[in-house]
Amino acid sequence: MSAGVTLFLRTMMGRAYPRIVGSVRQTSGFFWETVLPILSVTAFVFVYRALNAPEAYIGFVIIGGAMTAFWANMLWSMAAQLYWDKEAGNLALYILAPGPLMAILLGMAVGGMLWTLTRAVVIFIAGVLLFGVQFSSANLGLLALTFLLTMAALYGLGMLFASLFLMFGREAWHLTNLFQEPVYLLSGFYFPVKALGPWLAAAASLIPLTLGLDAMRQLLFPAHPLYGFLSVPVELGVLTLLAAVFILGARLALDRMEMRARQEGRLTESRS
Amino acid sequence: MDDFAIRTEHLTRLYKYRPVRGAKTQRIIEALVDVNLEVRRGELFGLLGPNGAGKTTLIKILTTLLAPTSGRAWVDGLDVVRDYRRIRERINMVAGGESTGYGLLTVRENLWMFAQFYGLDSRTAYRRIDALLAVVGLSDQAHTKVSNLSTGMRQKMNFVRGFISDPQIIFLDEPTLGLDVGAARDVRRYIKEWTARPDKTTLLTTHYMVEADELCDRVAIIDRGRVLACDTPAALKRQLQREAIFDLQVSGFLSPARREQLAGLAGVQKFTATQHDGTVDLRLILADESVIGPVVTTLTGDGASILELRKREPTLEDVFVALVGRGLAEDTRQVGDIHLSEERE
Repeated sequence: MSAGVTLFLRTMMGRAYPRIVGSVRQTSGFFWETVLPILSVTAFVFVYRALNAPEAYIGFVIIGGAMTAFWANMLWSMAAQLYWDKEAGNLALYILAPGPLMAILLGMAVGGMLWTLTRAVVIFIAGVLLFGVQFSSANLGLLALTFLLTMAALYGLGMLFASLFLMFGREAWHLTNLFQEPVYLLSGFYFPVKALGPWLAAAASLIPLTLGLDAMRQLLFPAHPLYGFLSVPVELGVLTLLAAVFILGARLALDRMEMRARQEGRLTESRS
Repeated sequence: MDDFAIRTEHLTRLYKYRPVRGAKTQRIIEALVDVNLEVRRGELFGLLGPNGAGKTTLIKILTTLLAPTSGRAWVDGLDVVRDYRRIRERINMVAGGESTGYGLLTVRENLWMFAQFYGLDSRTAYRRIDALLAVVGLSDQAHTKVSNLSTGMRQKMNFVRGFISDPQIIFLDEPTLGLDVGAARDVRRYIKEWTARPDKTTLLTTHYMVEADELCDRVAIIDRGRVLACDTPAALKRQLQREAIFDLQVSGFLSPARREQLAGLAGVQKFTATQHDGTVDLRLILADESVIGPVVTTLTGDGASILELRKREPTLEDVFVALVGRGLAEDTRQVGDIHLSEERE
């Protein structure tokens, strides 16, 4: 393995470590990360049942509820994290070290995956046990590919957002809030995105979770193809494109923003 | 290969800010002005100056955290603007008063994490961590969570962090800040031993003159962003060999009029006065010993009495006082806004 790859992997694991340790040592987080999201999913399930919506909608809500965890992880534990690390003085040490900033960001995401995956799996299991949702297991390979492509595009976008935090600090905080609830709406976390109409759904497809969720729903509930926005192969193609654009864009943006932050003295708090 | 570990040419860093949000004028702080320095390989070089003198700004530029406004700087022969990635493989930094790391990790875990950012394998990392923890006397706390450490212990951990990557050049920004006397002594000893190794260079900033005097091969005295003098501590002190240095303690209060009178006395080159509760400590740099008579007469003129009078050898702080007319303990930012200017858009 080349020295560059080794440095990248070690940097990533180094930054992931506090998150992993935090997950293990702060077990109370399990309650907040799993039980509370199940409650909001349950609320949507009861709404759909009260409206006599098709049973597939219950499954859609479960998948959406499971996937919200990844959006929140990307937003709060990766993109916004640079702000906190700057406040604590850690950002300067990340920048000072030869390990790439992208590896640091990925480490944050990988470290946060323990809770995120736990939350997703718990919601998934709760959906099966509490609401009797039946998932199709006919396309597991394609499902895994969809999930991986969605994650690649999602965390690429997260790294792009992180570059904003290098520059804007506290102001970017509002941006994070802006990206949370509206994205829950636009990406169709709790309903098929097709319901937004073709133009809005197309615009919302820039959010990787939109097409990722739509494709996963089509693969897990093949009996309801009419709810899908685009065909699964097209959605996978767009996700691949988004992943490439976001990851490449993040690399360029991080370099550029770091350069600007160095010029403007924004990498460290003190101006002495 | 460049003979110098660090070199700067006309290095200048300005900060612009608006005193009031939306104001049309921008204030400019001259953090560094036309700094020219050369630090040789293997040298333990000190930057001595009060808070706000520009020491930290210089370190930030040399450690690639900040870009210069103009001028150039090289670290290990590499340009800090162009070759910043390659510089980062060769350097590390410790800053006094850091609160870095993660509270829920233990000391050893935190240090391992930082070692990963330098690509160290775990075996090497733990070997160095354990050896360095012993140096600073923190081995007993290796498995203590960082959130449970005292400020001094945390500073020791930060010190270890700076050395685990075994850098070619280490930047130490007030490394003994917050340490007790014993720990500071251990740290100073380690810095000296480390720099004695082949091709290891240390740039140390401090406002403890004793530290600079004890450790540094050469010292640059910096104030308000400008380098005022640069030489070995002995050579700097020799500049004051012809003068007479006195420490004086008088009772009462030194009025502005009396202060002015003192400054106007023939042969009083520079002095600092620190007012305490009921007493005043004076540090006097006089042209020769004979001037002390008129000084005492002036100070006791309004009934004050001399509590202590001592002649002594010059220190680096005296050199600083002779150069800038005030003591190291006085914060540059509190002295005035001489190094501020304004720019209208």
